[in-house]
Amino acid sequence: MKLTRSSSLLIAFAVIAAVFLSLPLVAIFIRVPWSDLGSMLSEKSTRDALLISMQTSLIAALLSCLFGVPLAWLLARSSLRGISMLRVVCITPMVLPPVVGGIALLTAFGRKGIVGQYLYDWFNISLPFTRSAVVMAQVFVAIPFLVLAVEASFRQSGRELEDAARTLGASPSRVFFTVALPAARPAIVAGLALAWARSLGEFGASITFAGSFPGRTQTLPMAVYELVSVDYRLSLVLSLVLIFISVGVLATMRDRWMVGR
Amino acid sequence: MSLQLHGAVGRGAFHRDASLSVNDGDVLAITGPNGSGKSTILHTIAGLVSLLHGTLKCNDDIWDAPANQMFIQSEKRSCAVVFQDVRLFPHMNVISNVAYGLRAHGVNKQQAHAQSLEALSQVGLHGFEFRAPHELSGGEQQRVALARALVLKPRVMLLDEPFAAIDAGSRTALRQLMPEVLATFPGVTVLVSHDPADVESLANSHLAL
Repeated sequence: MKLTRSSSLLIAFAVIAAVFLSLPLVAIFIRVPWSDLGSMLSEKSTRDALLISMQTSLIAALLSCLFGVPLAWLLARSSLRGISMLRVVCITPMVLPPVVGGIALLTAFGRKGIVGQYLYDWFNISLPFTRSAVVMAQVFVAIPFLVLAVEASFRQSGRELEDAARTLGASPSRVFFTVALPAARPAIVAGLALAWARSLGEFGASITFAGSFPGRTQTLPMAVYELVSVDYRLSLVLSLVLIFISVGVLATMRDRWMVGR
Repeated sequence: MSLQLHGAVGRGAFHRDASLSVNDGDVLAITGPNGSGKSTILHTIAGLVSLLHGTLKCNDDIWDAPANQMFIQSEKRSCAVVFQDVRLFPHMNVISNVAYGLRAHGVNKQQAHAQSLEALSQVGLHGFEFRAPHELSGGEQQRVALARALVLKPRVMLLDEPFAAIDAGSRTALRQLMPEVLATFPGVTVLVSHDPADVESLANSHLAL
């Protein structure tokens, strides 16, 4: 390819973008105290944060799947009025500043929240600043990713196979479980991975709604945030763990995202 | 024993009047240009589209009568469809595709399997039961779809341009098979086709739209 002045300029801009995106990750790799990695990872506070992160994010991803797949189905198949408004509401957490999500959850489910006050008065259940609150915050921000991925798949596969199943005598629930769900399986797996990655990285909504209590609600991103000013080297190690997990998720979905060579 | 449709069919902005009556053992061919409503009539009989007004009856059972707010869901009608675009379930093998309707009707697995094998033999696909749909030619796929409809012993069988989406080589074999299959089918058959030769060889009544 012969380089003209304009194409050189394009390539220069592309290189700047690529360097800008990769340099911060490379910086972490360069500065991580590799020799102390083992001992730092085995510290109790690190293990606690890692364990809480893994536990809550996996539960959040599964809950997102359990409730998100039927929601995606409803959004894809319903012709009810107001369904597009419902879609907007459901994907709003994707673009909402996470801290606002945390405030919203607190307002709904806090001890004086519109639902939370009854949970507390009637059942003595208080959700804020518990591990359940961490999971709720993660589901809140993660579920739209799954819903969008799965809804697109339901729309793409169309009604044709489902209509065929109905004419063969299958009830709506049988059609859903035996035809629609298997057809959407790749999208569900991708949505699950996305929801899990988003849950794992969740910070703003969780710290607002669940707080950052070591050993109880403190997840890896919260630990990284708190360690930045106290133990920068350890925060680098925890960041490295999160980078590895994120890259791992990307690798499992390479067929979906990594086109070309 | 017959199928009767008198009224108006349509979906979206499209609608048209339709009137037909077919007796058991008979084959009605519906022909007409693209967009004339052939498939819409078939989908209305199958319960995938509602009648706009009028009545759809199978024997004495009313399947669709908007004026009386009667509508029998597609899955509750004894009506099987062979679609133009085949519509086999890609994640199931041939035998599971054929047995799907029987299982949905509560037939146990062994019986469904045995009946499905019989239906596959009837359409000349003995030995194909564990293949995946994508391993079959277009004509073989359409035969599986035919077996999937026949195995249910429906009161009404709807064939929506069954030869249209098939390569020329497979089409001949399926064209030879179809008269044999329809000759032994005791229920009502409605065939949509744009080919006069198919109408001539398969149908004993004709509705031109």
